[in-house]
Amino acid sequence: MNREKTTMRIRPLLVSAAFSLLSVAAGIAPAYAGTPADTLVQAWAIDDTITLDPAESFELSPAEFIGNGYDMLVRLDIDDTTKVKGGVADSWTVSDDGLTYTFKLKPGIKFASGNPLTAEDVAWSFERVVKLDKSPAFILTQFGLTGDNVTEKAKAMDAGTFVLTVDKAYAPSFVLNCLTATVGAVLDKKLVMEHAEAKTPNADYKYDTDFGYAWMKTNYAGSGPFKIRDWRANEILAMERNDNYYGEKPKLARVIYRHVKESATQRLMLEAGDVDVARNLDPGDLEAVTKNADLAVTSAPKGTVYYISLNQKNEKLAKPEVREAMKYLVDYDAIGATLIKGIGEIRQTYQAKGVLGALDASPYKFDVAKAKELLEKAGLKDGFSVTFDVRNTQPVTGIAESFQQTAGQAGVKVEIIPGDGKQTLTKYRARNHDMYIGQWGMDYWDPNSNAEAFTSNPNNADDAAVKTLAWRNAWDIPQLTEQVKAALLERDNDKRADMYKKLQQEALDTSPFVMIFQQTEVAGMRGSVKGYKLGPSFDSNFLAPISKE
Amino acid sequence: MTQSDPRMPARRARRGASAALKSIAGFVVIVATTYLGLLAVTFFIGRVVPIDPVLAIVGDRAPARVVERVRQEMGFDLPYYQQFILYVKGVLHGDFGTSVLTTNPVMTDIRRVFPATMELATVGTIIGAAFGIPLGVLAAVRRGSVADQVVRIVGLIGYSVPIFWLGLLALLVFYARLGWASGPGRIDVVYEYTFTPITGFYLLDAILARDWAIFRDVFSHIVLPASLLGYFSMAYISRMTRSFMLNELGQEYIVAARAKGLSETRIIWGHALRNAAVPLVTVIALAYAGLLEGSVLTETVFAWPGLGLYITNSLQNADMNAVLGGTVVIGSVFIAINLLSDVLYRMLDPRTRAR
Repeated sequence: MNREKTTMRIRPLLVSAAFSLLSVAAGIAPAYAGTPADTLVQAWAIDDTITLDPAESFELSPAEFIGNGYDMLVRLDIDDTTKVKGGVADSWTVSDDGLTYTFKLKPGIKFASGNPLTAEDVAWSFERVVKLDKSPAFILTQFGLTGDNVTEKAKAMDAGTFVLTVDKAYAPSFVLNCLTATVGAVLDKKLVMEHAEAKTPNADYKYDTDFGYAWMKTNYAGSGPFKIRDWRANEILAMERNDNYYGEKPKLARVIYRHVKESATQRLMLEAGDVDVARNLDPGDLEAVTKNADLAVTSAPKGTVYYISLNQKNEKLAKPEVREAMKYLVDYDAIGATLIKGIGEIRQTYQAKGVLGALDASPYKFDVAKAKELLEKAGLKDGFSVTFDVRNTQPVTGIAESFQQTAGQAGVKVEIIPGDGKQTLTKYRARNHDMYIGQWGMDYWDPNSNAEAFTSNPNNADDAAVKTLAWRNAWDIPQLTEQVKAALLERDNDKRADMYKKLQQEALDTSPFVMIFQQTEVAGMRGSVKGYKLGPSFDSNFLAPISKE
Repeated sequence: MTQSDPRMPARRARRGASAALKSIAGFVVIVATTYLGLLAVTFFIGRVVPIDPVLAIVGDRAPARVVERVRQEMGFDLPYYQQFILYVKGVLHGDFGTSVLTTNPVMTDIRRVFPATMELATVGTIIGAAFGIPLGVLAAVRRGSVADQVVRIVGLIGYSVPIFWLGLLALLVFYARLGWASGPGRIDVVYEYTFTPITGFYLLDAILARDWAIFRDVFSHIVLPASLLGYFSMAYISRMTRSFMLNELGQEYIVAARAKGLSETRIIWGHALRNAAVPLVTVIALAYAGLLEGSVLTETVFAWPGLGLYITNSLQNADMNAVLGGTVVIGSVFIAINLLSDVLYRMLDPRTRAR
């Protein structure tokens, strides 16, 4: 009887132990089907998606969702990225004074909701962006649009004609390039306003509606080849074919993005066939994927450049010879062959390859003797000490360590201060650094974006209103600032391109920016995926041509 | 006691009630101060870190004008103590603010991610206890034997090998090579459209829906990370079981039981473990609470959309509202689990029962 009681008491324990053992050791074999044939599953770190609203979104992964879910007036031509082609606009003309842009819309376009897309929707989308005035709004407001004048300046003449009036005779390429940005997406006015919330106007917000701002954070009102069906932050984003799309119908019924942060995990899922595409592969995992016969790799240069910058508030770094010497102290070849292999290409000019007026020049080589000579000229024969703020992620940590070692050979003692990304950035934005290594992504696909960032600084005072990268490094350049402004108004495209080339050359020679490389986006994918092509920007990573065998 | 005062029971009851009231009041005060301290510490750490909170919200590329406007909107231009008072006021109304990263109210986010963590931790703890207790008992009974050494080594490995590495290894072997378990995530993409969670505990939801295909899928997803967490807590539980058991086995009542001629099995499982179970409840509760907050790395490797991942992500993006909210929730869970283990303690140990 005792024995019986004992067994009764331990039986539940034993059973549960045996059950766990069984499940761990023998496992329950999962259904091993791979992904459905009409669905593309991508593993991607999508934690930078904080909103799906084109009026507010300014990050990388949502650019891809918006780029496929919405249509703009004009789109980047990915066959020649210095040009644009029609989106919802069929054709456009610019008035002789360069102030009025008239767009004729393609007839018969419908939103995914079934509502017709008219010039009224385009005008309202402009109005919404300008009045909400979120981070990317400046891409449109820089043409002189304000909350007070936008309904006049961005106007529907009739259902098929939209007219935009700008405040200066800008280079048409500049205006059109800016309109390809996700902030220029055309929204379904009727659908969005059905979900708009009433607001009480006050001093900060003058309008009686939120223009569907709250609803648009997680919802969709577009006309692109895919509709955004579902988004759970840091988990999943699902897109579905839009059968109302006017252009060529996508071959896939669905595209699902799964948030997976780890490169190694992404690789395992790709190898097992649980995802079709892996988007965040480290150089190591990438190499393994390249060697796997079942998998393929594709890549494209993106509009993000990495650079080391020298704060001109530091009197040693402010000497022209020191700035030049630093450019000779980077071991470009070694960095290109190891640290950024597969994820970037050495680039010494600040415009991304492929953009209008990009200068392809790389005159600097790692040369200690040359650097020493320049340092001696600067009166720093015995070198000097300097601090270097570096965020604790790759590849910047590796590049910083490489630089620390190579600079040491010329007597420059670099002290690396590691920090979290936002922390180093806060310090950089307050101009409290000596040296900083960072990346810069283009705000919109036009050379003005980077030209303004790197070679314009309207006011070098601490309380300046415009704080460009040149400002962050206290590089006071009134002349270059004027040249950037002039290039913006040059209506001859070739002349405009030349002006940007000249600016880049100037920066190459004298700027406190040691440009390192341009980012390449890579994706590993299953052999069954066909037609997968990465574009020059995230909003031009088009999904429509993709199919699966 | 034959002539006892008839008013005695009433008075005693009243005294008892006021004592209970007092102890409840004391408890509330303690909990409230703990919360306030927790809020204050997290809040001020969040504000002292050299990160511009506006930067986290608008990003690096926002124009200066927008940065300034948001700084005012969010009240970051106010002195710290005023910001804190505002924050506590919000919390008292159940408003933990809005997460920058997801733009949802923090509580909505936590309600979504917490079940994932809790499900994982629960299954993990069950596995840990199911293996840890018998192994601990075995090690205690066969003290110094080969079995004891093996349990010690297995436990030591579980406790000292980085769970991150172990997780990747487990994925590599059981998912990539052998295909016995499913990969990262909670559920296959195939079921994304057909499965609507009710409670957020997917295993339970699948049972409620009586959908056994989904149950299998969810189970094969949870088995690896849960076993890993289970292994981790098993190491701790088995060590503690061993030492509690050794303590009990050295007691005089065991000698008495042996003298009575009880079988060894009865002595070990019926008497010694029964008594060792009392402190073990606390150990298991602590291990459980530890898994609730400490499974960040496991969640990262297995792309498990839980609380650990949520807080880490938020921290990396300087999303302090989310971090604060998460911390308060974990704090509450800790307090709740402690309470629960106290109650269990009383049930298991007759001496602590009120007479």
